[in-house]
This record gives sequence, structure tokens and C-alpha cells, in this order.
Amino acid sequence: MKQTPFTEFHRAAGAKLVEFAGFEMPVRYTGDVREHLAVRNTAGLFDITHMGEFEVRGAQAGEWLDRMLTNHVGGMAIGQCLYSPMCRPDAGIVDDLLVYRYADRFMLVVNASNMAKDFAWLDSHRPAGISLEDRSAATALLAVQGPKASAVLAGHVPAAALDLGFYRFTEGGIFGVPATVSRTGYTGEDGFELYFEPAHGAAVWEGLLRAGEPHGLELVGLGARDTLRLEMGYMLYGNDIDDTTTPLEAGLGWTVKLAKGEFHGSAVLAKQKAEGLKRRLVGFQLEGRRVPRHGMNIVAGGRTVGQVTSGTFSPSLERPIGMGYVETALAANGTALEIQAGSSLLAARVTARPFYTRGSHRS
Amino acid sequence: MGFPDDVRYTKEHEWAREEGGLVTVGITSWATDQLGDVVFVELPEPGRALEAGKPFGVVEAVKTVSDLFAPLAGEVVEVNTLLADNPAVVNQAPYGDGWMVRIRPSDPKAFAQLLSHDDYEKLVEEQHA
Repeated sequence: MKQTPFTEFHRAAGAKLVEFAGFEMPVRYTGDVREHLAVRNTAGLFDITHMGEFEVRGAQAGEWLDRMLTNHVGGMAIGQCLYSPMCRPDAGIVDDLLVYRYADRFMLVVNASNMAKDFAWLDSHRPAGISLEDRSAATALLAVQGPKASAVLAGHVPAAALDLGFYRFTEGGIFGVPATVSRTGYTGEDGFELYFEPAHGAAVWEGLLRAGEPHGLELVGLGARDTLRLEMGYMLYGNDIDDTTTPLEAGLGWTVKLAKGEFHGSAVLAKQKAEGLKRRLVGFQLEGRRVPRHGMNIVAGGRTVGQVTSGTFSPSLERPIGMGYVETALAANGTALEIQAGSSLLAARVTARPFYTRGSHRS
Repeated sequence: MGFPDDVRYTKEHEWAREEGGLVTVGITSWATDQLGDVVFVELPEPGRALEAGKPFGVVEAVKTVSDLFAPLAGEVVEVNTLLADNPAVVNQAPYGDGWMVRIRPSDPKAFAQLLSHDDYEKLVEEQHA
């Protein structure tokens, strides 16, 4: 199993470590609810080194990425980050990723579980003159998320980093360590993601813990990361989206830029847009305390109409929430659904996403 | 992780404590550690007959869900109503206030057949390895 530069720190902090996408990762330290609420109320520190980083270089790199991704890379400014699905020609999603535009290159931040697949896919479509390098093993990645994230980093990153707009980044140092600092995250809160060389892991980790202590910074595991992203209605690849779902079905229409010209999946997506969707990903809340889980059937009018893709108990809303694909006729807000949990049918209602709307992130 | 030695255990990580002819049942600290924060416990009504080894309820945590299995056959005489309002007690005091049901065993000798402290500790070590 692969380790991150922080694995021993996790162990020392009493984390429960689990295998995740080939890495030994902390799923929780003190408790899912406490960690979740720390991110909502103060700040949390996440080790997300398992994510993959690819570097793309070449004079035509932007044009090529525009053919590989659904969002508009060509419209990006230097110092900007962009969320985009990457589709196959049939519009099935290969992965959802972040694009960073540097002056001389692009960085793609991909899901750990898809690293090998993504690299192979990109490489097999790579024209002459474009270089693609997997920098994952040479990159440590930490996220500081929460309303106090900025206060935690103040004085330890360049002032420009604290002034960044949402989905912008700068190259600078943190505790004197060269880093890319971006105002990004997957929690619905203000926050930063920090990319640096693994050799500096201890300096940054220990520096952040010291700097964070007066602000209530807590260590947060993958468990709370999942409940935080689900409260925001954000996608988890492999659960909510995969090779069999399209960005339009998943409600990611805002990342599909048909006007930019042809890209992998554009013909199918244009057709879906013109003809209307047969199914859509919806969010739903449940009335009781039983929790919908991935794979449970969604029932309407006595028949199965879909499956739960993600479900959890929302620590912020103190009620169960979930997502799943249903026929478009059942996708309107307020539609009554039922979730089959063993022999029980749980009453659910289609709810607009995000479920949690009081986050501190700035758009 | 230390396990109390005044209770007996099941392979499914329930504990059972015998007092005055009744058996109190809960889940072990190892189980709560695996589950994470408990947010809901579904328990049977008093009066229900339980079959040994069969599910009698559900414990929902934020990240996962697990059935509760009856350590022995008998009738439910009491359920812990505190858990309806405060399921987190299961994490805070799994062998105390976080108990779940009290059973009147149909076979008084069944309790002695449950796992001892040492057997359970060994089981957890094996499962953890």
C-alpha cells in the first residue's frame, strides 16, 4: 500500500487508517461529526496526497485539453483553476478533474482511483508536440478548509495567496517551502489547497498544526470529506458519476461548453441537450433517521426507478440525505420517492442541491 | 483496546451482561470504533421474541450501517429509550448508557455459551490483522 508523507503523523494522531485507491489513508481521527463540524465552523486539515497530478506542456496544450475536456480550457486565465469532466466519445465520464493554468503549462488534478485510467486515456489521444507527465509521486497535497482557513494561513503564505479569488491560484511559499496555493476545495467552505514536494511534508504539516491551533484547526479524514462534499451535492466519481453517466445527466451542464467546438462526447451531449434527458441525478432528503446507502433502490409508485448513488447522515442538517438517478419525470423538487432499505421503504423527497447552503466559500 | 470482563461477547460484536435473570445487550467498543458516529438505532418493541443469531435491529452511523444480532433467544423486556434522542451515547458509553435491549432468555444456559473476554479479544485481533 502506498503511503503519503503524512501517514506517520496520521498514525500518531490516532487516525483510523484504511486502504483507499491503493493508499493508506486516514478515514477519521476523532469522529466523523466532530471533524465535519470543525470544517463548517472553524477549519480542518486534510491530507489528499492520494489525488493524482499530471503536467501538460506544449504550444497547443490548451487546444488539446479543450478537445479532451468538456469545460472551456481555452477561456482560462493564467492563475485560474477550472473544474471539468473528461468524457469518452459516448459522453460517459472518464473522470472529473481540476485544471490549473500556469504561464508555461497546465496541471490536471485527477481522482486517485482513476489515475492509471486517466493517464492511459490522455496519453492515447496525445498528439505530437504535447508532453504529459505524471507528477503524482512527486507532489504532496494538503487542504485547509473552513471559515478560518484564511486566518490559519495568514503570515505563512504570501499576501497574494490570501487575496486570491475562489478558483484562483498563485505560486509562492508556505513556511518557506515552494508551493502552489489555490483557493479551492471540495467542502463548500472557504479554503486552500497546497501542492508541494513530499520531502517538505513534515515542515508544512507541523507548521499548519501550530498555526492552526489558535483557530481551532482539526485533522479531518476521508469520512468527513465525503459528508461535506455530499452536503454540497458535489460528485464522487465511482458513486455519482462514472463511464456510464454523462455530465448533463449528473447536473453538470454548467461544465459542458458545446459552443467551444468539438470535443470527446460533444456530439452525444448536443443530442441529449436537444432531445432532453431520460434520467437525471437528483438530491433527496429523508423524513426519518434511517440513512440511504449507495446501491439501495429508489422506488416510486411501487416500482424501482433508480438507485442511490451516494447517501449519508448530514451532520449539518441532522437528517439523512442522498443522491441518485431517476427518470426525468420524477426529478422535480418536492417529488415524493421511497428508498428501499432492507424490508423497509423510507419516505424521501427530491430536494435542490446544495443541501447545505450556509457555507463560507466565495463564488 | 480493552474490553470489559464482566460481559460476554458474540462474533458479530455484541456484548451481553447477565443481571438478575435478564441479559442486557449492546455493541462493543470495537464495533463503535468501526462504525463511527452512531446517528440512529432501530430497536424492537418490548415483548418481541428474538432468535439467537438473527437480526433484531439496525444501527446507523454517518458512514455505514449494521444489523444488530441477538446473542441469545428470548423475549425483549426493555429497550433503551435514551437512544432515540441521543444515539451518540452508543459511542460515548457502549457498555453503559449505550446499551440497547434487555432480554429474558428462553434458555438460561445460553449465556454461558457466549464468547469469553479472552475469546473475543482474540477474535478482534484476528479480524484486525
